Amino acid sequence: MLASTLDFVRRFARNRGALVGFVLVLTVIGVALAAPWMFPRNPLRIVGRPEIWPFTSWRYPLGTDSLGRDIAAMLAYGARTTLLIGLFASLTATVIGIGVGATAAYLGGWVDEVLMRCTELFQTIPNLIFVLTIVAILGQKIEYVTIAVGIVTWTPIARLTRAEFLSLRDREFVQACRAMGMGNFRIMLGEILPNALPPVIVLSSLVIAGAVLFESAVSFLGLGDPNVSSWGRLIGDGRTLIRTSWYICAVPGLAIMLTVLALNLVGDGLNDALNPKLRDR
Amino acid sequence: MRRIVLRRLAQIIPLILAVIVLNFLLIQLAPGSLFDVMTSEQQITDPAMLDQLRHSYGVDQPTAIQLFKYIWSVMRLDLGFSYRQNAPVLDVIIAQLPATVILMLAATTIALVVGVTAGVLASIRVNTVWDSLISLGAVFFFAAPSFWLGIMMTVLFAVKLGWFPVGGMRTIGSDYGALGDALDVMHHLVLPATALGLFYAATYARVMRASMLEVFRLDFIRTARAKGLSRSRVVIAHVMRNALLPIVTLLGLQLGTLLGGSVVIEAVFSWPGIGSLLFDSVMSRNYPMVLGVLVLGSLLVAVANATVDLVYLRLDPRIAGR
Repeated sequence: MLASTLDFVRRFARNRGALVGFVLVLTVIGVALAAPWMFPRNPLRIVGRPEIWPFTSWRYPLGTDSLGRDIAAMLAYGARTTLLIGLFASLTATVIGIGVGATAAYLGGWVDEVLMRCTELFQTIPNLIFVLTIVAILGQKIEYVTIAVGIVTWTPIARLTRAEFLSLRDREFVQACRAMGMGNFRIMLGEILPNALPPVIVLSSLVIAGAVLFESAVSFLGLGDPNVSSWGRLIGDGRTLIRTSWYICAVPGLAIMLTVLALNLVGDGLNDALNPKLRDR
Repeated sequence: MRRIVLRRLAQIIPLILAVIVLNFLLIQLAPGSLFDVMTSEQQITDPAMLDQLRHSYGVDQPTAIQLFKYIWSVMRLDLGFSYRQNAPVLDVIIAQLPATVILMLAATTIALVVGVTAGVLASIRVNTVWDSLISLGAVFFFAAPSFWLGIMMTVLFAVKLGWFPVGGMRTIGSDYGALGDALDVMHHLVLPATALGLFYAATYARVMRASMLEVFRLDFIRTARAKGLSRSRVVIAHVMRNALLPIVTLLGLQLGTLLGGSVVIEAVFSWPGIGSLLFDSVMSRNYPMVLGVLVLGSLLVAVANATVDLVYLRLDPRIAGR
């Protein structure tokens, strides 16, 4: 166990991009965790003169927005929203995706047919339009945004899980389990799933990056939860001032880009480390 | 061939039916009665009219009948009436659709030209500075939110340099004649289409590079070289032609995302397409319009997807035999 863990870490670390990404992700997590300690007051509170440019004031290193709110504080709290939504949306997508993909592959027949048609359906519906519709109908709450993003991002996970399950379904060890009288559910969850998991985990980590982008677009359009600070919303709020103070849009956008970039790099690194056979592709 | 085309087109029907049912379920999920929200948002207070609407929406009937009625009305292309625009939902959407299609086509063209060129360049100069620069660019554009790119491009190219207009589709009050108008629209199109297209360009560049390198290793390329074909001919006629196939697949898979992306870009650039319409409708809780956009958007993607599949069939005759 220890040896294989060490091996995993070594393979991951060999990819320099993945290391950089990992450090960046850790930084974002650190900032998100430390936000209440670094900025104990409500980040949406007005603290100073509006439109102070970044790097011109010691008190507000990233400047203030059109209302005089501290951009650094909003960015730090926004990191929490971004990471939470990204993580839970990806979790939702992974649970749905594994459920659908595994059931389709294991049971086969008409179940497979129906589930795969459903997957196609969700691939056809323009995903952002679907998210906006769900949020419009159910209400602008952080839970709904998260679930909506999960609902539109599970399809690739389902397809991958199905493919993995199909290749494992008839192996000897599964036949042995069946011969021993194990139930379908137990074989799927306890025997096949652990073997199918590595590539699925890689994809889930990439889905987090996609979910972060989705969330930012939703809040940018002003349809996110109005009670939480979010990077996308910060850009949306700053849009009216691009002629004079474009930094209000630029700074949170850079934060989104770096976070998504870091998550993608980590995903690539995980792919190299978990699926060594695919490395040359 | 004709049978394949017909069969592929027939597959769209159950898909659209499913979208309609999904729509219906969404309405049922809504907290409170959607009908009440709809009528109050559109400020309908006249009791006689409310009764008439209640009847025409079938709110007073059991769910199964409502579902059936809903499917039936959508099938007859009746998506409801929007009191905000005072016109049938379908008419409003169809009037706005061309702008979105133009934007999507332009973005796809930019993505294909930039992405394929970059991918080919990276693959024939593999492991050089060019390759690294292109990979780095692709990684960045793959991570940048398109709406943010759009705003940053507006700041630089529209506000600071003044090369392009800040938003809209036409210069207000202009009349340049047919050709002049087309050029005017293209001038307005550059920034939104680039902002939307660069993400896909990044994807295509990565896929194209990988798939070119894969094809380079195959036997028939060695044969082509051994025949004495020039390097450029090998790259263009043999490698590229085969390496483009995954790009076509990807293009089809990403159409839904592209349409979603254009919603945000239209909001950034006040581009008068169905994205702007959707955004306004969500804001004003104009549900018939929101659901109409979802149905027609899905139909658009389904048709475009079928088209891409058929194009693929022409490009890769190996599939047609199956």
